[in-house]
Amino acid sequence: MEKFTKLTGVAAPMPLINIDTDMIIPKLFLKTIKRSGLGKNLFDEMRYDAEGNEIPDFVLNKPAYRNAQILIAGDNFGCGSSREHAPWALLDFGIRVVIATSFADIFFNNCFKNGILPIVLPQEDVDKLMDDASRGANAVVTVDLENQVITGPDGGEISFEVDAFKKHCLLNGLDDIGLTLQKADKIAAFEKEHGAKMPWV
Amino acid sequence: MTAKTLYDKIWDDHLISTDEDGSSLIYIDRHLVHEVTSPQAFEGLRNAGRKVHAPDKTIAVPDHNVPTTLDRLNGVENEESRIQLEALDKNARDFGVHYYPVDDVRQGVVHIVGPEQGWTLPGMTVVCGDSHTATHGAFGALAHGIGTSEVEHVLATQTLIQAKSKNMKVEVTGTLPEGVTAKDITMHIIGLTGTAGGTGYVIEYCGDAIRSLSMEGRMTVCNMAIEGGARAGLIAPDETTFEYVKGRPHAPKGADWDKAMAYWKTLYSDDDAHFDKVLTIKAEDIAPSVTWGTSPEDVLPITATVPAPEDFEGGKVDAVARSLEYMGLKPGMKLTDIEIDTVFIGSCTNGRIEDLRAVAEVVKGKKIKEGMRAMVVPGSGLVRAQAEEEGIAQILQDAGFEWRLAGCSMCLAMNPDQLQPGERCAATSNRNFEGRQGRGGRTHLVSPAMAAAAALTGHLADVRDL
Repeated sequence: MEKFTKLTGVAAPMPLINIDTDMIIPKLFLKTIKRSGLGKNLFDEMRYDAEGNEIPDFVLNKPAYRNAQILIAGDNFGCGSSREHAPWALLDFGIRVVIATSFADIFFNNCFKNGILPIVLPQEDVDKLMDDASRGANAVVTVDLENQVITGPDGGEISFEVDAFKKHCLLNGLDDIGLTLQKADKIAAFEKEHGAKMPWV
Repeated sequence: MTAKTLYDKIWDDHLISTDEDGSSLIYIDRHLVHEVTSPQAFEGLRNAGRKVHAPDKTIAVPDHNVPTTLDRLNGVENEESRIQLEALDKNARDFGVHYYPVDDVRQGVVHIVGPEQGWTLPGMTVVCGDSHTATHGAFGALAHGIGTSEVEHVLATQTLIQAKSKNMKVEVTGTLPEGVTAKDITMHIIGLTGTAGGTGYVIEYCGDAIRSLSMEGRMTVCNMAIEGGARAGLIAPDETTFEYVKGRPHAPKGADWDKAMAYWKTLYSDDDAHFDKVLTIKAEDIAPSVTWGTSPEDVLPITATVPAPEDFEGGKVDAVARSLEYMGLKPGMKLTDIEIDTVFIGSCTNGRIEDLRAVAEVVKGKKIKEGMRAMVVPGSGLVRAQAEEEGIAQILQDAGFEWRLAGCSMCLAMNPDQLQPGERCAATSNRNFEGRQGRGGRTHLVSPAMAAAAALTGHLADVRDL
């Protein structure tokens, strides 16, 4: 997994609540057996018309946001299907940070496994950043994970919370499986005890 | 000893370790796998030279991509779908996990196959790369969806890194009115909590109305816990649960059954256990329900009218305006005036035998509306066989329904069963998102009985009026 330490980039505003994973990456793109290449189909049905032409009004099609690396969105971002294709598509497009008032649980976890930082902020902070983001390419925002601070285009700072373990993994680009396998002895011991207690499992 | 909730008990019995930073490692008893969210995980194992840690606890079944037409064994036309199905076949065989291929009568939607085969048992931890894993909570198992990275993690270690959720109780008291089903309960709850109301929680459903449900109904309720944002839904096991489980192929037998029963009977929330959030609903207040918008929280009784954006607050105002435009609906119109051209009966929410019986009861001896495209997709090959044996399949076909083979079908349209732009479907599935059943398709979520009523009348209809 690619590390995430500090990022300065354009923030794109998506002031819509309940953006679900079917919107982020529609089902027909889930047929891939790879993790890469989904960026061109990110938000496919919102981004392209039925003939495959770009819809100019969609935020990521606007010149200012074509290289956005940060998304500012409404409540409950990433609800619905567990598809990890959603963070894969965001990452492949170049999005490394999503900021919203709340996220759906599975999507939130999936982001951290892919070097994407989802940040939960109070409504007033999200409103401020949404306003900043709507200023276009001038709206460059810096996200500093080490210090847990977002710096807006006017220099204003917003601090954010992040789970200590998830932060550690993101900062160092750590592979979860490798970390867990360091506990192989503990797992084996548990498995033995669990199997004795519940032989039917 | 401190009082514990059912969730606390299952969590504690699967906890391997907790680090100083609060992240825990929990043991996974059952890992269900389907073709869409697993190829990258198996590829990861291969690249790292790893094996599946517990192939005996891993069950694979293709469901999302499989066609449901009778000719499907002749091959899958869509190349990408075929490659994905072939990848599962190869992975299941190479890594030696339990596997129900397309030509096995036990094949079906993964969340129907697991319980049917007795893989899902009370008190277990169950995961799958699929959000509707919540279904298995009906057995008092801690069951939830995971992403593909976590699928790989479970394959490699049989564990999951988790933070513990909070406890929420949803109590449904009293007796369900006539025409009101498990689907209406679960939709009604989401209508009240919203799709983020359960975020951060595991929900335990309880109360007389929940107790009175069959296992099929309980699975329907827990299935949509994820639509309310919860990590998992749970129902404490009881005689109904034990009766369902007993004798299933992978249920414990003999002395193991007695030992299991002794444990399962401890699986309930203690009287004074603490819940962080409580919602109490009277069963009498629940009506046959439908969704009108593009979020599962857009739920109303069938007797209501389409709302207006200004009936809402905050970000929901714009969301409703967008929904109504997508759905082609005007505020104030009666829900029963919404015309339907497609009916889909099936999915992990409502693809079990009881659901098909409910449809048959409504349509027996009648014909569906002329021009209506109506399909019934059993949740598994065994559900299909049982429905044929009970004469249900004949009733459905006589009424004009297509009688399909098992799969996810039109619930998510990754296979040939899809809506065309502008088509409007009464569906027994779980999501009414934009494009969910096909680009531009419009979905109204309903119970099986209500779907049957729509098929007969050609519009959303109150099953109590038929």
